[in-house]
Amino acid sequence: MKSWQQFWRQLFLFGLLALTLTGCGIQELSALKPQGPVAAMQFDLMKLSFSIMIGVFIVVILILTYVLIRYRKRPGQEGIPKQVEGSHTLEILWTAIPFLLLIIMAIPTVTTGFALSKEYDNKEALQVNVTAHQFWWEFEYPDLGVATAQDLVLPVGKKVQFTLNSADVIHAFWIPALGGKIDTNPGLENKMWLQADRTGTFYGKCAELCGASHALMDFKVEVMEQADFDKWAQKMKTVQSADPKKATASAAEGQAIFEKSCLGCHAVAGKGGKLGPNLTNFADRMRVAGIKPNERKYLEEWLKDPQKMKPGNNMPNLNLSDDQVNALVDYLYTLSVKDEVKDENKQ
Amino acid sequence: MSAHASHAPKRSGLWDWLTTVDHKKIAILYLIAGGLFFLAGGIEALLIRLQLMYPELSVVGAKTFNELITMHGTTMIFLAVMPVIFALMNAVVPLQIGARDVAFPFVNALGFWLFFFGGVLLNTSWFLGGAPDAGWTSYTTLALNQFSGRGIDFYVLGLQIAGLGTLIGGINFLVTIINMRAPGMTFMRMPLFTWTSFVTSGLILFAFPAITVGLVLLMFDRLFGGNFFNPDAGGNILIWQHLFWIFGHPEVYILILPAFGIISEVVSTFSKKRLFGYSSMVFATALIGFLGFMVWAHHMFTTGMGPIANTLFGLATMLIAVPTGIKIFNWLFTMWGGQIRFTTANLFAVGFIPTFTIGGMTGVMLAIPPADYQYHDSYFVVAHFHYVIVGGLVFGLFAGLYYWWPKMFGKMLNETLGKWNFWTFFVGFHLTFFPQHFLGLMGMPRRVFTYLAGQGLELGNFISTIGVFGMSIGTILFLVNVAVTAKSGKRAPADPWDGRTLEWSIPSPPPEYNFAQTPLVRGLDALWVEKMAGNKGMTPAEPLGSIHMPSGSFLPFVMSVGLFIAGFGFMYHNYVVVVIGLAINFACMLLRSLTDDPGYHIEPDEIEEKGVKA
Repeated sequence: MKSWQQFWRQLFLFGLLALTLTGCGIQELSALKPQGPVAAMQFDLMKLSFSIMIGVFIVVILILTYVLIRYRKRPGQEGIPKQVEGSHTLEILWTAIPFLLLIIMAIPTVTTGFALSKEYDNKEALQVNVTAHQFWWEFEYPDLGVATAQDLVLPVGKKVQFTLNSADVIHAFWIPALGGKIDTNPGLENKMWLQADRTGTFYGKCAELCGASHALMDFKVEVMEQADFDKWAQKMKTVQSADPKKATASAAEGQAIFEKSCLGCHAVAGKGGKLGPNLTNFADRMRVAGIKPNERKYLEEWLKDPQKMKPGNNMPNLNLSDDQVNALVDYLYTLSVKDEVKDENKQ
Repeated sequence: MSAHASHAPKRSGLWDWLTTVDHKKIAILYLIAGGLFFLAGGIEALLIRLQLMYPELSVVGAKTFNELITMHGTTMIFLAVMPVIFALMNAVVPLQIGARDVAFPFVNALGFWLFFFGGVLLNTSWFLGGAPDAGWTSYTTLALNQFSGRGIDFYVLGLQIAGLGTLIGGINFLVTIINMRAPGMTFMRMPLFTWTSFVTSGLILFAFPAITVGLVLLMFDRLFGGNFFNPDAGGNILIWQHLFWIFGHPEVYILILPAFGIISEVVSTFSKKRLFGYSSMVFATALIGFLGFMVWAHHMFTTGMGPIANTLFGLATMLIAVPTGIKIFNWLFTMWGGQIRFTTANLFAVGFIPTFTIGGMTGVMLAIPPADYQYHDSYFVVAHFHYVIVGGLVFGLFAGLYYWWPKMFGKMLNETLGKWNFWTFFVGFHLTFFPQHFLGLMGMPRRVFTYLAGQGLELGNFISTIGVFGMSIGTILFLVNVAVTAKSGKRAPADPWDGRTLEWSIPSPPPEYNFAQTPLVRGLDALWVEKMAGNKGMTPAEPLGSIHMPSGSFLPFVMSVGLFIAGFGFMYHNYVVVVIGLAINFACMLLRSLTDDPGYHIEPDEIEEKGVKA
């Protein structure tokens, strides 16, 4: 029995150690590595409340350990311990001290709460409308006349004012590294602001159970310099659906299929439906369906059977032939607003 | 039925169990049914953790996974821990207050059967087209017809029927505790488990109507084309969340308060000391119950209620830490200066203290709305509420079961197996849920059927799954212990633990009438007072006389079957079946109202014959 206990204890310690060593998660995703002022304020509150709580915990553990060792019944011990009714001094003490600790926590709770719920107009902040769908994210920049999906593009060091809504069920918009989440409620609009202080990529998640593929409702946030962002927005607005430079025979064939079968739901360059993600810059996106690397084989897999990769999503299986899939993929990889198209996609 | 029959009609075997109105037998029924549902919920949990052991596994599919999490939560809350709490309340509360039964024995049986058939109805969904899959909270619009299948109908009707049972059970205990205390058992002499059961019953009375209303609205939306929660037709999705949490938050205290009571009894008995700060414990219990109704919206910080509502609900939530802290310190100082015996019951109670403290700490952290924006709906919350409900409540229930098992069944559970049970469950528990705090903060949302590799979430999930095996072994050891004890357990004396309260003054298991003579209570810890005065047992408050007992009845079972049938009728829009089911139910009510049931009497010579004394 002893050795088993030791085994468990070691396993536990090993687990703790391993957790510490992996640190606090990866910086693209973890709330413990804040990359913007909102996440930083929230992290400060976490640290404050955690340190106070750990203090309380240590007091409890010390008393408990002492009591369990000192007052355990010893063999042969007789007699009856003193039946203590209570102690007013002690009881007042452990009512008053927690009160004081709570007040210490309450003050920044109030100030941060109000700071985070400020709303910024378009002079102070970039406005972005977020609409959540089963199981993808629609992003619209009303002042720029740009719409995109899945990859949220933001300028660094600038406040972003989100207006959030849902097209179907409740989702929750969460970019842990940039700040906490807010629900997207069908029929009720929500507001939230965030800011990224570093360029790079961050991971976003849906945090409210929204159906079968809730777990796969990821999105990406690409934060770039203001100048790059302006250039991106400009291109998004002016890009033409078919770039003659990139067009091949197969891509042209793909475009024909797309315009016949896909455009009803997916918009490209301002034309098309809004039931599915806007694909204007599909070739620039990091992921297929939000989860798989944006590579040819995954895109083919997706087009052949969308339900397999993301169960319960609203894209029907179009029963495309291999040739049609091939042509569509060629076409989709021409949809870029960047200067050079990623070469690996071309294979 | 002959009026005033002097003998109980002899009932045997199954028929006896189906018709019993004896609170001690109903306690065992609750325990068996709750235990079975606990196993179902546990197997669901095991499958959940297996699916999440490694990234991108497909042990179960996405939809099945959502069914599993929904049924795991719903089963554990409504069908496993609630009934086991009711089992202990039934087994112990009447004994602790010196009563011969609860106030309404018939209603007590009805409460059990309603819960049972509600639970069975919910679980038949597995075989009839799929279980509910919108989470145990069933948020609209996901839970509306447009986005989910028939499973949610089972959720709505199953919980409605089971909820009726819980509500009438709660009312029964309120009346019992107010009216049926033995002479001298004033409110401020009631054992703490009775006090917490009392406050819990009060919470049930006020909280369950809220979920009843919510479920009725959801039923109208789903079955009769209502639009309460449909935004396209002017409905509002948040009304469901408010109704659910106005019930749901007090529900947390409905669950945990009885555990507080159990810990208070166990710690006090095994330290051989009276409870430190008894009156502040009672006050803290009532205050937690009251505050429990003021904080429901802290489950909704991210719905966009605005900073004023968020802050107020956040600060109110923090306040609950104060009475909870009072309890923790009172337990510590109950042990201070005592003679602590590490029986299995006390191991669970001692293990409860740090574990529940961690759950309370993360609770305070969650009460800070801006920080909650990060925690909410992440694995941090999953870790938090499992620390409270498993580390708090389930540890408490294990402590209570090991403590009162001899009283309930007349046999002592095996202590060696019990200690193995504790250690495996305790270590397994922390291994499972401790890493989940970090997983949440590292960006893992809850209720995800998988996660991608390379996001830093692999290790925590792997450890978490390993921990589940520890908890499973612990649970299996408990079942082995029960089997071994039933087969060859040691017979329990009346007072195996050197107890302090009334239940230990009568034989184990107690005779059907509990107390041959109603005891006279002369202080807090009534039996301890007599022991200290050098008395052998309680002083009787009445002469030996004829004892009136309620007769058993098959009606509660039949009424519940009626509602069970009507439930299916509603779901499948078959109104003939609805009418049949409701007709059975109302016919039973009519029969009950029109028949005069005088019960029966147990005469003093019978009591003497059995050789039992008060």
